[in-house]
Amino acid sequence: MSIPLLKRLAEARKHGDVTRLTDAIPYAKWMRISPEHSTGELLTRMRYHDDLIGNTFLPAIHGGTLGAMLEMAAIFHLLWETETETVPKIVNITVDYLRSARPIDVIAAAKVTKQGRRMVNVFAEAWQDDRSKPVATASAHFLVKSADEPSSL
Amino acid sequence: MAMPLTTPEERVALFQKLFSDTIPHNKALGLRVLAVARGLASMQLDWREELVGNPETGVLAGGPLTAMLDSCCGMAVATMLKNPEPFATLDLRIDYAKPATPGQPVIAEAECYRITRSVAFTRAIAHQGDPKDPVAAAAGTFMLGTKGRVTPGQSIARGTGGKETAR
Repeated sequence: MSIPLLKRLAEARKHGDVTRLTDAIPYAKWMRISPEHSTGELLTRMRYHDDLIGNTFLPAIHGGTLGAMLEMAAIFHLLWETETETVPKIVNITVDYLRSARPIDVIAAAKVTKQGRRMVNVFAEAWQDDRSKPVATASAHFLVKSADEPSSL
Repeated sequence: MAMPLTTPEERVALFQKLFSDTIPHNKALGLRVLAVARGLASMQLDWREELVGNPETGVLAGGPLTAMLDSCCGMAVATMLKNPEPFATLDLRIDYAKPATPGQPVIAEAECYRITRSVAFTRAIAHQGDPKDPVAAAAGTFMLGTKGRVTPGQSIARGTGGKETAR
């Protein structure tokens, strides 16, 4: 299951280059969602492109894409910052929409709220040019040790 | 801006235009409107390589489902508005019940079960043919009367409802 992603993770760690993870996930590539750690903190960036728009009149980025990038931010965080040996399997996610997102890059950071043996609770926050004004936050549960069903990642 | 819409096919074609063809992200996902009635909306997402989360299994990522469920719930809200007004997603919860089978389309069915002056409540499921065996379930709330211009989709109001006729 997901050997390429875990292989890619080992490779990324060896080179100290987290951005390599994107290449293992077709959807992340298509969405231009990529992890970065140039500031020393692991962040996930969704590069703006016109296909992200959900409201052409405001204009604003589609809420679904914000949920998607928060989910990816949580996954990249778990892969990079925790000692995971399996690909985290998402159980659920709740996204709160705080502001409309303008047509520019969206950046997200995640943190583990609670690490259990099998289940992890992760909080993620997304912003644009001002970190103190988040556009959306999410909390999600991931199974990190289970063999019952394959992960979507 | 209620319009006289006579057949279900015409309704679907109109909603396809307003909620997929003219919304860049929905268009990029290739969302297809399957059905619409007052308080109810249904859409389909076809499987595509680019939307895959795990290339080993070919299973879709969560993101495309999130976007479809959000859009489908929003479309259900639009059919319940008494008057055209802008609205936006306030929160959205998705439970991923099981991985979607690769290669097969995913269908979303959403219902707006309550609408107040400020908030609309929705729920939805995503399945691959059997609604009793969903791949995901969603609950979304929408804030009504938000900033900005009313979009064509938001100005559809109740004119399109199943049994309700246009005013």
